[in-house]
Amino acid sequence: MESEANKILDEVTQGDYKYGFVTDIDTEFAPIGLSEDTVRYISLKKNEPEFLLEFRLKAYRHWLTMTRPKWAHLDIEPIDFQKIIFYAAPKKKKELTSLDEVDPELLATFNKLGISLDEQKKLAGVAGVAVDAVIDSVSVKTTFSETLSKHGIIFCSFSEAVQNHPELVRQYMGSVVPYTDNYFAALNSAVFSDGSFCFIPKGVRCPMELSTYFRINAANTGQFERTLIVAEEGAYVSYMEGCTAPQRDENQLHAAIVEIVAMKDAEVKYSTVQNWYPGDKNGLGGIYNFVTKRGICKGSNSKISWTQVETGSAITWKYPSCILLGDNSVGEFYSVAVTNNHQQADTGTKMMHLGKNTRSTIISKGISAGKSNNSYRGLVRISKNALNSRNYSQCDSLLLGAGCGAHTYPYIQVDNKSSIVEHEATTSKISEDQLFYCQQRGISAESAIGLIVNGYAREVLKQLPMEFAVEAQKLLSISLEGSVG
Amino acid sequence: MLLSIRNLHASIHGKEILKGVSLDVNKGEVHAIMGPNGTGKSTLASVIAGREVFDVTSGEILYQGRDLGKLSIEDRAREGIFLGFQYPVEIPGVSITNFMRTAVNEVRKYKGLDPLPGGEFLRLMEEKKKLVEITSNLTNRSVNEGFSGGEKKKNEIFQMAMLEPTLAILDETDSGLDIDALRIVANGVNKLRRPDNAFLVITHYQRLLDYIVPDFVHVLFEGKIVKSGGKELAFELEEKGYDWIKKEQV
Ligand SMILES: Nc1ncnc2c1ncn2[C@@H]1O[C@H](COP(=O)(O)OP(=O)(O)O)[C@@H](O)[C@H]1O
Ligand SMILES: [Mg+2]
Repeated sequence: MESEANKILDEVTQGDYKYGFVTDIDTEFAPIGLSEDTVRYISLKKNEPEFLLEFRLKAYRHWLTMTRPKWAHLDIEPIDFQKIIFYAAPKKKKELTSLDEVDPELLATFNKLGISLDEQKKLAGVAGVAVDAVIDSVSVKTTFSETLSKHGIIFCSFSEAVQNHPELVRQYMGSVVPYTDNYFAALNSAVFSDGSFCFIPKGVRCPMELSTYFRINAANTGQFERTLIVAEEGAYVSYMEGCTAPQRDENQLHAAIVEIVAMKDAEVKYSTVQNWYPGDKNGLGGIYNFVTKRGICKGSNSKISWTQVETGSAITWKYPSCILLGDNSVGEFYSVAVTNNHQQADTGTKMMHLGKNTRSTIISKGISAGKSNNSYRGLVRISKNALNSRNYSQCDSLLLGAGCGAHTYPYIQVDNKSSIVEHEATTSKISEDQLFYCQQRGISAESAIGLIVNGYAREVLKQLPMEFAVEAQKLLSISLEGSVG
Repeated sequence: MLLSIRNLHASIHGKEILKGVSLDVNKGEVHAIMGPNGTGKSTLASVIAGREVFDVTSGEILYQGRDLGKLSIEDRAREGIFLGFQYPVEIPGVSITNFMRTAVNEVRKYKGLDPLPGGEFLRLMEEKKKLVEITSNLTNRSVNEGFSGGEKKKNEIFQMAMLEPTLAILDETDSGLDIDALRIVANGVNKLRRPDNAFLVITHYQRLLDYIVPDFVHVLFEGKIVKSGGKELAFELEEKGYDWIKKEQV
């Protein structure tokens, strides 16, 4: 009976990656490998102020003293940093002033990915989403910057922010994730290329969704982007991040940093749909995704909410976290992580309760198929002064088939007596009963699995902005099915 | 002939459950299948629906003249076979609306029809909800999750109404229902009876047959149909109990 269900699951969980195409664009590369010269090359290319070069060099020197971390449930080939290109940028002929000047190949690439960089088109639709499009190491176009600037909102590429708002960059960069934080954070701090910058001034509610779309195109390159979001007192922003990469036989490295600062009464909602190339059915190729994401609720009553749908990458290592410093601040983490074939994911969150009456919620839904490994790793820490704080964690695992693994590592540390921490965990399977029930209603096994998996992940999916939710639902089904695309 | 079962043998994990079942059902007819627990009634329903855990070791099932053995579970459903489950399963996070919309549209696709537009689908749902007196927001809830016994069975009949099957098999739809729910469910079924469809009503008790009056009653015992008759047979069974059948068999 179980083997019957397993057979059906095996058949339908052999999905294909449909973003695997490569665009032929004229690209400028840094010399291969990593040294202080590489760091200087990048900084020079980007015409950076002295303080930033200093920051990079300090990070690089610190990184040299570190060793790559070892993880319990990730099986990773050693990474040869001398074989990676740390900077790749589509060549541009001159400064861009309008969309007409963006390389048509690039526009076509983003169109093919379903991302419109045409403001007119988006305006015709509903609310509108401002997009920062990053390909390999640079941002090629940010839409709606002007509209947003009328509200005092700064939304631009990180490089532009460095040029136009160096004081803000200097003030906040590295304030949440210092370069000493971990091996990959140090690496990113040394060689980061581009990313998005977003600043919402006091009292402003951002009128549209902001989003960044990351695309790796060039071969043998790493992508090291950096995103910084600052919400001043009483500000609100919902931010989304999407990503894909071509299908290649060799592994590619992606090591990003995201920092969020929320001041008093501010709220930041950060949503990710991560769909980097996961490698093929035999585990060949795919992105190594090592990301440090952290937000700080600096002021009282502030809130940071992470929602992630992780379907891509050969290896995912990320723990979007919240430092709940302000009293009454709130941290949330909603995650769906799908692993199939030979994918490995080790993901979760850290909730650091420092202020009084701070609250955090963790909802993690792991879905494993094929020969994949899916781990939740989370830390809830309630400090001595974080009186009357609360955490609720729920970590569920859904196993599709017998060859995959699911693991849960919840670490909990509570240093006062007035706080309450609750943790629940379940492991389940799609039963033959459920499949039969769906099929008896005329629903194919494939659609049935899509339906059941989406139902299982519903609590998380419903946190996503509308623009993302439909996409994410499709992606969940596609990641586990063979028929679509 | 809508359904023709010929000397059907079926087993699970090597254990034979159906030991030569033969049964003919014409359009417009209601057949009741009765029998003690564990005698193979649900197995028969599952085998007709194509559940793969059961092995058909010999015999055949013809449906509209076609050998069902060659059709997948979902294609049998799309060809108009519906099974109202004895124990409907829960599907967390999937609303009945979403579930039914997927089902209705997959069936339509099979028939070469376009998906039903959202508005029309909702209208259809409202109409069918009335049939089984579903007034609450039951259809927004996850399929069978936390449903009472009565709600589960109503949901089965509601789904049947939505899919308008040609052959509906209702497996102990009466069990666990109070008298009001039983009346509602039975009324729903009666409203769906038409000259071009047929029902196979599996029940342990005669009670349901007061409401859904069968044309034929069959007694399944230890994997075989041992007695067939008109609706009077149900009364006789009620009166004499299944021991009567057991004794006759020895
Ligand atoms: N999934 C199963 N695995 C093993 N045995 C089963 C399974 N389903 C049914 N059986 C066996 O088949 C026999 C008939 O069961 P069933 O068809 O459910 O009877 P009824 O519906 O008449 O009560 C019983 O002995 C039962 O134990
Ligand atoms: Mg039964």
